[in-house]
Amino acid sequence: MERRFTQDHEWVELSGDTATVGISNFAQDQLGDIVSIEFPEINSKFKQKDAMAIVDSVKASSDIYCPMDGTVVEINEKLEDHPELINKSPYDEGWILKLKVSNISQFENLMTQQQYEKFVGETTG
Amino acid sequence: MRTPFFESHVKLGAKIVDFHGWDMPLQYSGILDEQKTVRNNVGLFDISHMGRFRVTGETSEECIQNIITNDISKIIENQSVYSPICNEKGGIIDDVIVSKISHNEFLVVVNSSNIKKDFEWIQRHLDGNKLKDETQKIALLALQGPKAQTIIEKHTNEITKLKPFHFMKAKLHGQDCMISRTGYTGEDGFEIFFDSSNSVLWERLLSDGQIFGIKPAGLGARDVLRLEAGMMLYENDIDESVTPLEAPLKWTVKLEKNFIGKNALEKNKPQKRLFGFEIIGSKRVARQNDQIIYEGKNVGRVTSGTFSPTLGRSIGFGYVPPNMQFGQDIQILIGGKNYDAKLTSTRFYKK
Repeated sequence: MERRFTQDHEWVELSGDTATVGISNFAQDQLGDIVSIEFPEINSKFKQKDAMAIVDSVKASSDIYCPMDGTVVEINEKLEDHPELINKSPYDEGWILKLKVSNISQFENLMTQQQYEKFVGETTG
Repeated sequence: MRTPFFESHVKLGAKIVDFHGWDMPLQYSGILDEQKTVRNNVGLFDISHMGRFRVTGETSEECIQNIITNDISKIIENQSVYSPICNEKGGIIDDVIVSKISHNEFLVVVNSSNIKKDFEWIQRHLDGNKLKDETQKIALLALQGPKAQTIIEKHTNEITKLKPFHFMKAKLHGQDCMISRTGYTGEDGFEIFFDSSNSVLWERLLSDGQIFGIKPAGLGARDVLRLEAGMMLYENDIDESVTPLEAPLKWTVKLEKNFIGKNALEKNKPQKRLFGFEIIGSKRVARQNDQIIYEGKNVGRVTSGTFSPTLGRSIGFGYVPPNMQFGQDIQILIGGKNYDAKLTSTRFYKK
């Protein structure tokens, strides 16, 4: 499945109108050991670029921004007890939440993997 | 500036950050992994960025007595003491460790952020004694953790008799070292002083510790460890706007002797007090300058905060009004939202 990226280092995979969202390998590496995550409520609605969740690492707190307009339909509950999965597996087990998106065309305007790698100036793995 | 071990840090894959003008390792394998290694086994820190001053002269003891709030008249040669240095108003200029080499020679280890300020302050109060900045000349490593002694024991049996806050001379891998049983982690361990031209000692100690799972540890792990152990960090928790009586450093203030700032400390009542706190029901991490809320009012500010892997909770230090008590319920305002917390002792972790 194609993965796209925002300038705020979130990634999105789209399946129908469901978007799975996480943070990039670059972002998790910059944050360092993640120790907690604060999720939004299920059914909360966000516009693109709204802050919708917060991750705390030992050194810093960071907002996670909504990559596409939508409604939260699922959160990765595993992260409540194992926030380190974001560090260990940012693109798989460390996914953060799923959105039912209202404007699929926004996906096309996000960066491709190649564009994102260029944007952060290194390989995202 | 770079310490003699900079190349090794880069080779070990450290994330390097600027720390008061020094290129220092923030982390190698990861802050939590390094923290755990120090608590369970042993870690090696490069702390050569800290300032090292030598004070010599016939009245050097009197000179230092006048500068520090703690009492060095009670210590013997080869012993050290932790102390604040205060200004006339009782504000903390720095917190330092003074080691008595002999009756007329003392080594003072100061915070890297304060090297220039401390040098000028001590120089102003030298009273005919000599002051030398040996920060570049002496390298300083900290070997910390329950396995630290076993590593040094391979080189010298005498280490088993060395008491906390005492130091001894010994050879490690042929290098003359001064080994002190001190640290900033809450674990047993040593701080090792030696000529900075002997940079191979870093790698040698890492090989010595291999069988105990030693890891190099950076400033990130050091900060978590010292917070858990209730130790102050200059510029975060203490500075010239607070006195040692407002910080939990009353035990270092000896009013039966004379020192700069004594009158102010005797006269002025503490205006605030530093407590520890634990956040309840959330693992969000409080950060410096987050507000402390009590009964709906902003009563103080967070000075340090982190996640404690040892406790599995979010912890920190902060100043609140002096009449507040351990165990009181407070809230911390993090990112616009209040989180329940409780005032505690600063000693979150005790060996």
